[in-house]
Amino acid sequence: MRITQGTFSYLPDLTDEEILAQIRYALSNGWPISVEYTDDPHPRNSLWEMWGLPMFDLKDPAGVLLEVNACREAHPNAYVKVNAYDARLGRQTTALSFIVQRPTEEPGFRLDRQEGPDRTIRYTTHSYATERPAGARYPSA
Amino acid sequence: MSDRWNAGVIPYAEMGYWQPDYVPKDTDVLCAFRITPQDGVPPEEAGAAVAGESSTATWTVVWTDRLTDYAHYQAKCYSVEAVPGTPGQYLAKIAYELDLFEEGSIANLTSSIIGNVFGFKPLKALRLEDMRIPPHYVKTFQGPPHGLVMEREYLNKFGRPLLGATTKPKLGLSARNYGRVVYEALRGGLDFTKDDENINSQPFMRWRDRFLYCMEAVNRAQAATGEVKGHYLNVTAATMEEMYERAEFAKELGSIVIMVDLTVGHTAIQSMSKWARRNGVLLHMHRAGHSTFTRQKTHGVSFRVLAKWLRLAGVDHLHAGTVVGKLEGDPNSVAGFYDTLRLDKVAADPVKGLYFEQDWASMPGVMPVASGGIHAGQMHQLLHHLGEDVILQFGGGTIGHPMGIAAGAEANRVALEAMIKARNEGRDYLAEGEAILRAAAKHNRALDTALATWGDITFDYESTDTPDVVATPTTA
Repeated sequence: MRITQGTFSYLPDLTDEEILAQIRYALSNGWPISVEYTDDPHPRNSLWEMWGLPMFDLKDPAGVLLEVNACREAHPNAYVKVNAYDARLGRQTTALSFIVQRPTEEPGFRLDRQEGPDRTIRYTTHSYATERPAGARYPSA
Repeated sequence: MSDRWNAGVIPYAEMGYWQPDYVPKDTDVLCAFRITPQDGVPPEEAGAAVAGESSTATWTVVWTDRLTDYAHYQAKCYSVEAVPGTPGQYLAKIAYELDLFEEGSIANLTSSIIGNVFGFKPLKALRLEDMRIPPHYVKTFQGPPHGLVMEREYLNKFGRPLLGATTKPKLGLSARNYGRVVYEALRGGLDFTKDDENINSQPFMRWRDRFLYCMEAVNRAQAATGEVKGHYLNVTAATMEEMYERAEFAKELGSIVIMVDLTVGHTAIQSMSKWARRNGVLLHMHRAGHSTFTRQKTHGVSFRVLAKWLRLAGVDHLHAGTVVGKLEGDPNSVAGFYDTLRLDKVAADPVKGLYFEQDWASMPGVMPVASGGIHAGQMHQLLHHLGEDVILQFGGGTIGHPMGIAAGAEANRVALEAMIKARNEGRDYLAEGEAILRAAAKHNRALDTALATWGDITFDYESTDTPDVVATPTTA
């Protein structure tokens, strides 16, 4: 399966040049970039690991791309996403967030059902990847 | 002043309701009314009559006014101007003392402002065009249970409009078939699906069955895509007790969103808003019935006023027009509605029909919803007119796709992401929109088919509800 989180998951994977264009757009809006990675892409996992701090003072798109690539090299089979952050009053939230790397195999999710009374069902989205310990969830590249 | 208190009838303007020198206070509620006086009624007297009848006055002098600090409570009509190019119509601005209104009550606010004056005989017609709600009054309302920033963080969806669809046909599907439509649309790429306004609990599908099948669909689609998904479960019912029962059941099943119709009334809306805040469930509002009083320019209440009331009452989503779709929506007026829902400080802008500035004092924004006759081929126009914080709902444009519902959803999602990517890359996406869509369709058969099916469909009719200030551009 292909996880479709992020702003551009329905398009072909972005090239470095295309990633650079999105970084340039974010920086031109005054949005600092951060890079995050995870081996647990559960839809409610809001805490992907931070690749360093948000790059508040880095205004050079090529420099940001270097960090993106450093994260990809260090975690070649993890999910990696690029976030742009809008700190303006009234927003103070993520402005753009897109996946730039995926594991070669995406096992996806199983839906668990716990049947209750009166036809009610409690649902749990089970991430196949988390059946294995952190660090061993995807075959190394 | 002795004349003022003689028993009998004297003009409203002479009773203190016409005060051309009055300077509105920061705490006043301000209203702009379009008035059409009966022949022979001077416009200032008509404006004073509106001020009087919507505050302290009755048709004759009453001595009991003198038991009060009546000047404090009187509404003051402080400006009357002819509407440009429209003989017989005037714009009257009226200031209301804050003490006239109960804190945090839309029912009270509306009973005062639109309570009886709209049937007043000396006027042929009356329209409430805009209101300025002072921050002092704004702060007495809860506002949106979550607001659009919290919603995006909860959904984990950033940098693009959200996508939705209303289940079709809107009436007649069994609960099981209905769940099928929801599942296909969500797994194909939509973020939300929606009950229509008149899907409540009819013989062909009772609410409880619908909720069960829809939540199966939502959870299946979530597992299939790894994305948070939702279906607006309509809890509109005959009584508050039944609405609470349905909302509680939706929450127990894990639904992230419920919906109510405007037809339930302001008090019920405020009650559901409190419930939604308390239970962490998004609240979607369908403005069912609003066109009965918002559409005609001479009489009723403008939608921009209704949008303000509903932001105060507290909804997370509100349908606010598409510009290019099948329903009423002049581009400038719609821009004014969207500003009113989303911004924190809204400047006065007569071109957008905004007569007053509005300071929301950090009350969270409402996510506008664009729904009705829109399709993937209009993506560049939708993004241009409506921006990024909006839910684009393609009902027929998803479910009517020749390759199936999931393909229809996918076509919309691909078109949307391609357009956002092009915009961010600095392309002139409005001018190049069709080329951008065609290029994206080369990699995606679903979008290619959608463009072939609906690419030429437009709804180009003259708008009824337009601002008066300048000639308005068309949607093209």
